Amino acid sequence: MEITIIAESRGGELHPVTRQLVGAASSLGSSPTVICPGGFGADEAAGILGVSKVLSVTGDCFSSYDGGAWSEALNAAAGSGVLIGAATSKGRDICARIAARRGIPVIQDVIAISPGLNLTHPIYSGKAMQDLSVSGDCVISLRANTFPPAEDGGSAETATVQQSGDVRIAVQEAIAKASERIDVADANIIISGGRGMGDPANFTHLNAIADQIGAAVGASRAAVDTWEEIPHSMQVGQTGKTVNPSLYIAVGISGAIQHLAGMRTSKYIVAINKDPEAPIFKVADYGIVSTWEEALPILAEELGKLS
Amino acid sequence: MVEIAVLLKQVPDTNARITVAGDRVDENSITSWVTSPYDEFALEAAIQHKEAAGGSITAITLGPPRADKTLKDAAALGVENLVRIWQDGWESLDSIQVQAALADAVKATGADYIYCGKQAADTNQGSTGPGVAERIGAPCIVEITDFDVSGPTFTRPCASGSEMVSVAPPAVLTFSKTTTELRRPNVRGIMMAKRAVIEVVGSEVGAAQVSVVRHSSPAQKPPGKTFEGADSVPEVVGLLRDEAKVI
Repeated sequence: MEITIIAESRGGELHPVTRQLVGAASSLGSSPTVICPGGFGADEAAGILGVSKVLSVTGDCFSSYDGGAWSEALNAAAGSGVLIGAATSKGRDICARIAARRGIPVIQDVIAISPGLNLTHPIYSGKAMQDLSVSGDCVISLRANTFPPAEDGGSAETATVQQSGDVRIAVQEAIAKASERIDVADANIIISGGRGMGDPANFTHLNAIADQIGAAVGASRAAVDTWEEIPHSMQVGQTGKTVNPSLYIAVGISGAIQHLAGMRTSKYIVAINKDPEAPIFKVADYGIVSTWEEALPILAEELGKLS
Repeated sequence: MVEIAVLLKQVPDTNARITVAGDRVDENSITSWVTSPYDEFALEAAIQHKEAAGGSITAITLGPPRADKTLKDAAALGVENLVRIWQDGWESLDSIQVQAALADAVKATGADYIYCGKQAADTNQGSTGPGVAERIGAPCIVEITDFDVSGPTFTRPCASGSEMVSVAPPAVLTFSKTTTELRRPNVRGIMMAKRAVIEVVGSEVGAAQVSVVRHSSPAQKPPGKTFEGADSVPEVVGLLRDEAKVI
C-alpha cells in the first residue's frame, strides 16, 4: 500500500506525533513517504526507521498558516494512495481539505488501523467506538499518543519541492499566551481542577505541582463555566479538549460524563476527591478520598522527593 | 450587507448516555437532542455579524425530520431562512457525501460567510468546515475562539498563543467555544419561529466509499484502587513511580 505521511511540526521542529504516524504506517507493512510542510523537520524525518523518502515542500505560503494554501501545495506534491496526518488542529484541517480536493473520504481521529483498510475512531467523544472499512484511496488523521513511535535508524533520501498555494488568511496581530505552561492537548501529564477547588485562586496549587513535574493544568467544564479566570483553553471534556496523556490527575472533579468523555483514555488516572461516591473514582486507577487541601501539599512534597 | 450561512447539526445532548444495541448506537435510547454545542457559538457569532453589518442568515442542517427543532431554535434567535437537507436512506453518509450536500446548499445561498462549529459533538470529526470550504473554493479559519464583527476579525490559536486574522469573503469560519454569552430566544422570536417555513431539499451525493462495520462500547477499565485519606498520597506516588512508571 502506498502511504504518504504529512509531517506535523511545532516551532520549526518535527512534532513527536510524526514518529507515531510512521509507526502506524509501518504496522501496515508500508515504507511511507513523509512530506514536510515548509520543509520543517525534514532532516529528522529522514532519520526515522521505515521512512522511504522525505519530501520537503517549500513555498511562501508556509510562513503563516492557511489550511487552504497549505493543502493546495501539499496536495500537488503528494502522490496518490493513502495519506496520513495527525489529528491535531492543523492536521485535521489539512486532511479534510486534501480529501475534499481529491474527492476521497477523510476519517479523523483514528485510534486503530489494520489492512483492508479497517479503521476505528471514537464517536460521542469516546462514549462509543465506530469501526469503518474503506476501499480505495483515503485521507486519515491519527490520534496522538496512540500508536507506537518509530525509532531512529533510517536514512531516507530527501528531495525538495518548490510549491506554494494561494494565501487568503491574513494575520493581523499576534496575541501572546497568557501562560508559558504547556497546553493540555500536548501534555504527557495533566493535573486538572474542578469546582471542588472552591475558588479559582486555588488553581495556584495545581500550577505549582504542574511546574514541578512539567505537567499541563486542565479544568472541568464546571470550573470553566463558573469562574471566568479559568479559560476554555484549559477545559478537558466533550466540549473542551480530548486528551490522552500518560498520567491524568483529577482534583476536586466529580467526573461528569462530559468530563470523562474527554480524558478516559488517559493511560493512568489519579483522582483526589473528598466524596467517595464521586463518579471519577470509577475510572481512576488510583483514587484518593481526601480534600485537596490535605492531599496537595503531601503530593507536592512527595513529587519533590523524586527529582 | 452580508449574506451568511450557518451549518447546524442536531446531536444527542452531551450529558446523554450512549448505549450500543446490537452493532449500532441505539438512537432510540436518546431522549434529548440538542444543537451541537460548537455550532451554537458559531450561530451566536453569525447573528452578531448580521446585526452589525445588516443582511440575512440561512441556517442549513442535514438530518431527519427531528432536526427541524434545531432550525426552529435558530429561527427563534433571528435566523431568516431555514434549509434541511435529507433523503430517505441517509443513515450513514461518508464525509464526501455530507460535504457535497452541504456545499450545494451553501452555494445556493450565495453566502459571503459560512459559520459552523469546529466539530460536531457526535462524530467529533472536524472535517465539514474545511471540506465544504475546499468544495466552494473558499478559505477557512478553523477553531475560532474570539471575534470582532466590525472587521470582521477572528482569533484562532497558534503555537505562540493566539492570533487575530482576517479573510476576504467568501470564507468558512469554524468555531470553538468563545467567551460570548449565548442569547436566549425572546417571546417574539419564539412566535416567529413557529411560523417559520423549513425548506426541505434532497441532494445528489453519489455512493458511499466508507462503510460502517460496527459500533461498540468503549472497553471498560478494570476497577482501580481506592485509598482513604491524604496519608495515602505517598503510597500512590510510589505506585505511579514503580507500578505505572509514569513519573
